[in-house]
Amino acid sequence: MTLLATESLTKTYGGRVTALADLTVSVEPGIIGLVGANGAGKSTLIKILLGLLPPTSGRVQVLGLDPTTDPAAVRARVGYMPEHDALPPDLSAAELVTHLGRMSGLPRTVARERASEALRHVGLHEERHRAVGGYSTGMKQRVKLAQALVHDPDLLLLDEPTNGLDPAGRDAMLALVHRIGTEFGISVVVCSHLLGEVERICDTLVAIDGGRLLRADRVAAMTTATDVLAVEVSEGTEELAARLAGLDLPVSRDGRLLLVPLADDDTYDLILGAVAELDLPLHRLDQRRHRVAELFAPREPSHV
Amino acid sequence: MSDATGVIHDIGYQRYTGPRLGRRQVFGALYGHGVRTVFGLGRSAKAKIFPWLVVAVVTVVAAGLTAVRSQIGEVVMTYAQFADAMSWLVIFFVAVAAPELVSRDLRSGVLPLYFSRPLPRGDYALAKLLALGTALWLLLGGPQLVMFLGAAFTTSRGLRGVWDELLDLLPGLLYAGLWAVVFASIGLLVASLTGKRAFAAGGIVAVFLMTAPVVGVLSIMPSRTVNELAFLASPSTLVGGVGNWALGDRLTQGRGGMPIGDFGPVYAVVAVLLVAACVSLLLLRYRKVAAR
Repeated sequence: MTLLATESLTKTYGGRVTALADLTVSVEPGIIGLVGANGAGKSTLIKILLGLLPPTSGRVQVLGLDPTTDPAAVRARVGYMPEHDALPPDLSAAELVTHLGRMSGLPRTVARERASEALRHVGLHEERHRAVGGYSTGMKQRVKLAQALVHDPDLLLLDEPTNGLDPAGRDAMLALVHRIGTEFGISVVVCSHLLGEVERICDTLVAIDGGRLLRADRVAAMTTATDVLAVEVSEGTEELAARLAGLDLPVSRDGRLLLVPLADDDTYDLILGAVAELDLPLHRLDQRRHRVAELFAPREPSHV
Repeated sequence: MSDATGVIHDIGYQRYTGPRLGRRQVFGALYGHGVRTVFGLGRSAKAKIFPWLVVAVVTVVAAGLTAVRSQIGEVVMTYAQFADAMSWLVIFFVAVAAPELVSRDLRSGVLPLYFSRPLPRGDYALAKLLALGTALWLLLGGPQLVMFLGAAFTTSRGLRGVWDELLDLLPGLLYAGLWAVVFASIGLLVASLTGKRAFAAGGIVAVFLMTAPVVGVLSIMPSRTVNELAFLASPSTLVGGVGNWALGDRLTQGRGGMPIGDFGPVYAVVAVLLVAACVSLLLLRYRKVAAR
């Protein structure tokens, strides 16, 4: 089943500002990263998917439904986490999420149960009975995620879920989103302007820029090349390169780094052996994936 | 690890397969939540102080009137006059309740969380309006009921007296409903324009109180027609005018009504148009808010 599909989707504001231009994309269920710079049209696309904004032209489908003609049916099956602050400070997280659960059509007692469940899943326990006003940014983001989850949607739309979080908070939030997408069986669309962040958890990436589609593909297809090992030695880089080439490893240079494709665990041993034999001061040896950013870059030279 | 008792199992995420309620029940839930919010129920103790203070004042006044009537056997204030007398309290009550209902949501940015749910955006505004109207009606109608009970239990004419009293009460309740509808629609519209509660409260008080001098000026103009139409200028006197025309004697029991001449129907039409305009503007306002 197709999760989302748009066809020549265009949205202009007042005939002047173009937010989306002729966007045609189709994605399968899973965790989808929607990447683009600020103002690329991500939030506009989300609002169209929710049926809050009518598109200027083109067609759109969410979970097989059309949000322009049947927004209520779409919104019943979608959970939305907005980018900006959205929590009344004097309510407790439990009260707020319960109330919003009822707004999604859950009966009263069910709403209360599912609210505490949702808050537990995002990692809020006893503090859920305290007023939201006293929460940290990370906790507020979790409450926003919990309210999107409370009515058990089939699709979550998360607008910049890591906004304002410190690095540890970002990792925790991304891990949570990944868990929702894999263990909970709910498809997730994660909007972000940070490609490096979402590529770690997504299985599909959609990149837009200036309202146009740059590329949409499964991450696996984009990173078919194997992982590489980056080797850095303080001196004797040339010698090491020659030695590794002599060991039939297809080594390449990247500034001070030597990049060696990681075939299997023996590659580590071969490199370490070579470094030890040459008695070179090893600075670092780590594994890195092909950054998806590298895959986008050549297709779009004007924005490098 | 042994299978000790008391181990907490992480049962993982559970999908929900139970019933999902329709639009009407969701509207009802939002409405009930609104009525509770007005009276500060389910909220902090601080939020309860003002509404319950007002409730206490109107109830005490009603009880006092009942006590006086039972002692001296004379009607001090009719049900409708009671509503008129309490109007300044109702204005302050609206000025606190309406921003509580809508300005708070505007300010905290919680509205996208509502509008991303199946609830149509008009339902949000209408549920809040209905909640405020109900609260105002309860505020005026509750004390009227106290007055009725007091009169019914002290009547000297048996069931006949109770029945007569009931016939006085019902128009009074209807009149309280008119107050509630007009004040709720104006108050909520003003409050929906700003996220700042203080501004909203000030705006509401201004609309109701600043228009009173206009009535004063118009009613001393040297033209009888202008004088008789003067009460259109302020919501409070407009309500009085409609009540005067529609319920007439039942309302005042011969204690002198407003000098509106034959313009009664004009008052009724203006009141209907005013409420309709406020509701339409409110719905338009939320169309704009939802698309943001």
